[in-house]
Amino acid sequence: MKQGKLEKKRQPRLEKVAGNGLLSRRHLLGLGLGGAGLAMSQAVMGQDAGLKLEIPGWSKTPGPGPSAYGSASSHVGLERQSGFGNPLYPGGGASRSPLQHLQGTITPNNLHFERHHAGVPDIDPAGHKLVINGLVRQPLVFDYEDLLKYTMVSRIYFLECSGNSGALLYGGNPDGTAQSLHGLVSCAEWTGIPISTLLEEAGVLPEARWIAAVGADAASMGRSVPLNKAMDDSMLALFQNGEPVRPEQGYPMRLFNPGWEGNTSVKWLTQIKVTREPAQFRDETSKYTDTMPDRKSLQFTFPMDVKSLITSPSGQMTVARNGVYRVNGIAWSGSGSIRRVEVSADGGSTWADALIDSQQLDKALTRFSIPWQWDGSPAVLQSRATDSTGNVQPTREAVIAAKGTINRYHNPCIQSWGVSPSGEVTNVYV
Amino acid sequence: MYTSRKLISALALAGFCSAVFVSSAQESVRLGTPVSEADLAGFDLIAEPSGAGFPSGSGTAAQGKAIFESRCAACHGLNGEGNSAATIIVGGDMQSEESPLRTVGSYWPYASTVFDFIRRAMPADAPKSLNDEEAYQVAAYVLYLNGLVGENEVLNAETLPQVRMPNADGFIDQSDIQ
Repeated sequence: MKQGKLEKKRQPRLEKVAGNGLLSRRHLLGLGLGGAGLAMSQAVMGQDAGLKLEIPGWSKTPGPGPSAYGSASSHVGLERQSGFGNPLYPGGGASRSPLQHLQGTITPNNLHFERHHAGVPDIDPAGHKLVINGLVRQPLVFDYEDLLKYTMVSRIYFLECSGNSGALLYGGNPDGTAQSLHGLVSCAEWTGIPISTLLEEAGVLPEARWIAAVGADAASMGRSVPLNKAMDDSMLALFQNGEPVRPEQGYPMRLFNPGWEGNTSVKWLTQIKVTREPAQFRDETSKYTDTMPDRKSLQFTFPMDVKSLITSPSGQMTVARNGVYRVNGIAWSGSGSIRRVEVSADGGSTWADALIDSQQLDKALTRFSIPWQWDGSPAVLQSRATDSTGNVQPTREAVIAAKGTINRYHNPCIQSWGVSPSGEVTNVYV
Repeated sequence: MYTSRKLISALALAGFCSAVFVSSAQESVRLGTPVSEADLAGFDLIAEPSGAGFPSGSGTAAQGKAIFESRCAACHGLNGEGNSAATIIVGGDMQSEESPLRTVGSYWPYASTVFDFIRRAMPADAPKSLNDEEAYQVAAYVLYLNGLVGENEVLNAETLPQVRMPNADGFIDQSDIQ
């Protein structure tokens, strides 16, 4: 409090670090008035707002007791957002995480994005089998209950659909939100058995180079994964944020390939066939291949690129009034950890380093923030991430120059949020 | 010593007991049950470009026409023209000036994928309702609509994977980038 009064007497000195109002991240480091709530604190301290506080009703009546399976507050209405169903494609489609309403780095299981190719199967784990066959010394079949007895590892990883952010490549000007444009990314703690443990039990033959993974959904969706990835860090995930993997994430078990395009992490995994060559499934030939301007198509484009996104303020939000805001967002890379995030408020002319708010884990979402003093003039907010391998997030212009506009997959481009003088935030191209 | 089945009454219990088991055994458990490839014949649906995994049986486009018209045409059209951009399966040209229409004929690099996908995932409202013979027949009809096989050409485990697809050389393998 003393600190606050001192600050109030002096004008707070805000260290500007880049154009159009970006302030030093040091102002976010727990310095009272110099911190995140700066604009609001000044308003509260500066005058008597005439507030007369009383004990609220909920402090006078006992609430309901413990519940069997908790739920979010009735005052919090977060939802995934999904497109329209197609009756001729039963169960197909996707839903997107409400990124602009989440904080931290872990996506609640209820809100993890979805992508299904024939709906969510209702699997009784007692009847589910995991088969390992093909180029192995001994084909094996595993029961769910037996798999629970294996030594498991827990890792926090993002998962991103390679079609995420594809709308930005369409050439139009989609008036979207962080959720609708970029919501096909989520992050969870996944617990399971290293795939290498199970493959070693079956005994991989020397000529093997790939595995073909197949799910137990109605599409029997399949993807081929190089054997070296499977033996490195691929996991048979059985738990998601501590509870059994959700049905829409593959209950009772899914393949999880850290850092790679989401579709390779086959849900409802029921078969791993060890092979010499890729199986050439539909979803690695007709789909999830990236057609370049010369009409050749890149196949097996596995790692997700370094990427970041400002989630607040973001599309369709309104910046209510002039003042200091905590601009914040998420960054991630399929090749390593996030080393640096820079933010621009002037459409990329000048940049300032953001504060990293979370752990910087390998192949996991990382939270960043920076204070921004908005003076009511037009602004374009952008973020740019650099990962531990030195890869820097590219501009949209650079992505289109390199890959053209036929392709819809693997768009890691910098997102530009325009802020109008009236405070409306929209997706813009700069 | 109790059996594993008695141990498992709850997930939490299973997790607890496995820790005890592993620490005493000093190595990972090995609980896979041996199975033969023959026993997996009805389970393993993977049909590879090499021909591996293709079942016995055969079919021609002429035989597949009626099935296609009754089971597939609602989405894909009587001649593969589709009822939406996502369901067009004929036509297209990868070298067209505008953004190319990517279909089975213009885009798919392997004929094996046509059979594999039909057998595992089509028709979308009743996947795996076609028997192997019918899957060969429908695959033959789809290839026929694309002008890639003759109406009475017999496709089987040997001949179907050898059907040359127009865009077979149109892909660049990036799998070494990990």
